[in-house]
Amino acid sequence: MANYSTNEFKGGLKIMQDGEPCSIVENEMVKPGKGQAFNRVKIRKLISGKVVEKTFKSGESVEGADVIELELAYLYNDGEFWHFMNNETFEQVAADAKAVGEAEKWLVEQDVCTLTLWEGNPINVQPPNFVELEITETDPGLKGDTAGTGGKPATLSTGAVVRVPLFVQIGEVIKVDTRSGEYVSRVQK
Amino acid sequence: MSDWRSKATLNVLKKRAELLRQLRSFFFERDVLEVDTPLLCQHGVTDRHIENLSTRDSQHNLRYLQTSPEYAMKRLLAQYGHSLYQLSHVVRDDPVGRHHNPEFMMLEWYRVGFDDDQLIAEIGELLMTVADAPPLVKLTYQDAFLQHMQCDPLTPAGIKAIHQRLKDDERTKDWMASESDVDTILQVAFNLYVEPQLSLSQPTAITHFPASQAALAQIDSKNPSVARRFEIYWEGIELANGYYELSDSVEQSLRFNKDIAARERAQLPYRAADCFLIAALEHGLPPCAGVAMGFDRLLMIKTKETSIERVIPFSYTSA
Repeated sequence: MANYSTNEFKGGLKIMQDGEPCSIVENEMVKPGKGQAFNRVKIRKLISGKVVEKTFKSGESVEGADVIELELAYLYNDGEFWHFMNNETFEQVAADAKAVGEAEKWLVEQDVCTLTLWEGNPINVQPPNFVELEITETDPGLKGDTAGTGGKPATLSTGAVVRVPLFVQIGEVIKVDTRSGEYVSRVQK
Repeated sequence: MSDWRSKATLNVLKKRAELLRQLRSFFFERDVLEVDTPLLCQHGVTDRHIENLSTRDSQHNLRYLQTSPEYAMKRLLAQYGHSLYQLSHVVRDDPVGRHHNPEFMMLEWYRVGFDDDQLIAEIGELLMTVADAPPLVKLTYQDAFLQHMQCDPLTPAGIKAIHQRLKDDERTKDWMASESDVDTILQVAFNLYVEPQLSLSQPTAITHFPASQAALAQIDSKNPSVARRFEIYWEGIELANGYYELSDSVEQSLRFNKDIAARERAQLPYRAADCFLIAALEHGLPPCAGVAMGFDRLLMIKTKETSIERVIPFSYTSA
């Protein structure tokens, strides 16, 4: 893998730090009028998800990380792995529970997810920003109630639990923002 | 190429023009003469942390775009002994940043007969006059470390403790273990632990930098471990750097040679020492103090803008 000089640092660049692939979130150059220049960098560790700060001496080189992002459609879960497919090449990729993590509860068959691969292995699965899921369980709400009274919990077909307005019923399909885990709207079937 | 418009508002450009006017009147009232020395010169800068951009004329003569008007202004000081100021664009081969544009406006001035204390007082008056600053506070480099890190940056034991703190810090541990340059260690520590603790609302002069970071300042005759160099910080921005100016031509030649050797060790391109400056110092520089202030940064503080590209007509990437 290529090395990157601090001069090439920018948001999104993938580098190795502490033995883990990382993505640069923010890069700020600190150049005193006299003396050594530094890069103060915020990086997100791609496996643990932690965001940490690092200070590099400007001009130094850092090892790049062999990280690619792929847009793949979710196929199925065989009990151990979650299988995804490239809709153009039909090539398949299997991700384990560690890579899938929290995304598990948002995986809908045929939805296109973003998979991060490090040295060919999936390390992260990012679901689409919005998914549509059926409600399998929720308290029957009061008739005639409108949105905005705090709502009630509802369990979705994947097991995810979100707060929904009181008028939403079992069997209905709703749109959810996976980034916040919040209800967006009902979906007409 | 569609984004041809300036990122600076008309209001900011008016403030920019007003600040130029205010500075000129400040110096006019004090009989400090405005000069405009050349941007293209035959010598560059030997400092290993500053890189010139250069160009060649049609006769293939090499010319360096100046990173500061310092050398030329000192030649005028040696010849005429008159206090001088200059408002000019300078160019440094630096990456673009929130506080950095490779081409920027420098306000540089020299006061004949002043020492560093007197010049710092005048900087305080200038900031009050043109930017409504509260009174400036002074803090020595040593006290700044003692207050904010409980370590003495001028003793081997203190430097060792500072180095240890950086070796233990998640942000720097990877490369600090093998770092041996004391000035680099102190500069990182200053940036990470001291600078964020400095007052935002009040301009602060950090004085008496370690002798190893003297640049073009005189070594303090009462305490040879420090130099009479200072920096001004305000609103989290490094605003100015000044000296009680070194006038000893032999000492200046030695420092140039040290710089040149350091450039070679760091495998940086060779820069010849400016022989005109050495000759001028041999003739004699009157006792004086001088300071270089980032004009655009001062305007950022005045207009409360957080990015330099918002206070200049066109930044490096849109010029």
